Amino acid sequence: MIELESLSAHFGNAAALRDANLQIRRGDRLGIVGESGSGKTMLALCLMGMAPDSAHLTGRLSIDGRDMATATERDWRQMRSRRVAMVFQEPMAALNPLRRVGDTVMEPMLLHENLSRAEARARALSLFEEVGILNPEQRLRQFPHEMSGGQRQRVLIALALACNPALLIADEPTTALDANVALRITDLLQRLARERDMALVFISHDLAAVARATQEIVVMYGGDMVERGPTAEVLATPQHPYTKGLLGARPDPAEAGRDANGKRRRLPTIPGSVPPLHGLPQGCRFAGRCPVELAHCADQRPVFTPTEPGRGAACHLLSETGHD
Amino acid sequence: MTDAPLLEVRNLTRRYKLPRQSLLRRSPVLTALEGAGFSLRAGETLGVVGESGSGKSTLARLIMAFERPDAGEVLFNGSDLHALSSEELRGLRRGFQMVFQDPFGSLNPRRRIGWSIAEPLRANGEETQVTYRVAEALEQVGLHPADAGKYPHEFSGGQRQRIAIARAIITKPALLVADEAVSALDVSVQAQILNLLMDLQDDLGLGMVFISHDLAVVASICDRVLVLQHGKTLESGPAADVLRAPEHPYTKTLLKAAGAHT
Repeated sequence: MIELESLSAHFGNAAALRDANLQIRRGDRLGIVGESGSGKTMLALCLMGMAPDSAHLTGRLSIDGRDMATATERDWRQMRSRRVAMVFQEPMAALNPLRRVGDTVMEPMLLHENLSRAEARARALSLFEEVGILNPEQRLRQFPHEMSGGQRQRVLIALALACNPALLIADEPTTALDANVALRITDLLQRLARERDMALVFISHDLAAVARATQEIVVMYGGDMVERGPTAEVLATPQHPYTKGLLGARPDPAEAGRDANGKRRRLPTIPGSVPPLHGLPQGCRFAGRCPVELAHCADQRPVFTPTEPGRGAACHLLSETGHD
Repeated sequence: MTDAPLLEVRNLTRRYKLPRQSLLRRSPVLTALEGAGFSLRAGETLGVVGESGSGKSTLARLIMAFERPDAGEVLFNGSDLHALSSEELRGLRRGFQMVFQDPFGSLNPRRRIGWSIAEPLRANGEETQVTYRVAEALEQVGLHPADAGKYPHEFSGGQRQRIAIARAIITKPALLVADEAVSALDVSVQAQILNLLMDLQDDLGLGMVFISHDLAVVASICDRVLVLQHGKTLESGPAADVLRAPEHPYTKTLLKAAGAHT
């Protein structure tokens, strides 16, 4: 349904996204994990045709067999809402504060599908029910400020579903929410994808949420896809040093406490910080911070090396051992 | 560690009046914090966990004496902060400092960071050796003394949080209150900042009240934990116990959300 082949996004000489390869089929639930500057949001914007004008895109991006990498805004308008839709991080910022949420949710239906107001209202009502909004009749008439953060996020999900998209992209959908609300939103997205046989791309830095919502995972660092595979397997036995570092840096209550001298145990960390876009190494993006660096890591780009069917990582350590 | 507590909070309660619903009725009252109590020794860390509306930030503001409680006491080194005159309170303020969540919002974008870091010194009328003390604070948080001449936008999110911590420790406080100090940071940066806080605590013997919605983070750096919901204390005790055998269902939900099952 959606296929990326060597999709890159450059700002001048700096690559925000390098050679992304991805296939998304109906019903796939894919997690994209990475920290600030990893390129995960850039990837999402490319999928929505919303990459900034200053970004130079190369490679192939096809949706339903149509090449969209060079598509115009007019072409994209055909795609958005109906084929691909997005749920953003900040529900307050993404909703018009002066409009009733019902009108906001009905807008794409009126715009794209020429539904009558009554038809659109009926669909909005059933969407509100589907995403678990209580008293949907009353809620349709409310303004965003009258709702809690979790309710607003549900409205945004209903808005994204308004024209029955085949792919739903959720960019950090739970970051601004309280823990148990975040859990419920994560479960809702997962359930909607299953029930509607819709593809879900779940972008998050929250590994626990991604583990709950997705089957496959892609780990990104510095614009590169560094590791991918079934979510449970990648999180259990990471192969790329960055994925290992990221998982290790998560606070683990079991490892906490004080040692024999009364000193508190420190968390494992990844040394240094993500360099700015133009300062990333040309070879492996993780070179310079990697605990097991080889001589050629900084200059030579590691190729993506499959380790099992559907699983692999882009790391010289894997390709070296593969050849020996 | 001495036996006398550095900070003792007793039966702390704070109510807020909500807007009137009708002219004929009295304003409804929200009890943001009810009967909270704990004590903290130098070098210890108490974690306060809860979601938005749980009262954790209200607790922070009361400990910092930014506002007054409706009942209860905050004893810092034995003196009740809310019973002091404003002059007396000002004299004690250098002893307790706060680190906020948002490293972008808490630094003046038009001022060099050296100026921002020295702010608490100026507020306390300590005008001597300012440059030297800013340099010292920068080194303590892992930055370079020369960074004092740069502006906030020249730093990453993690570095900005280091700057905020430098500002908090420049008065050599005995107590640090950190309100969601690592929540806005990426996982790997968060680990670095948590380690920095632990280093500073070991070096300076700081007592710390660490407020967060993330139970996994709290558990990894705190000796004891206090779980708040709707202003009430649901659970408190040694961090290891609360995590191993949470008594309240709400604590179990927080544990689940923290991904402690993986």
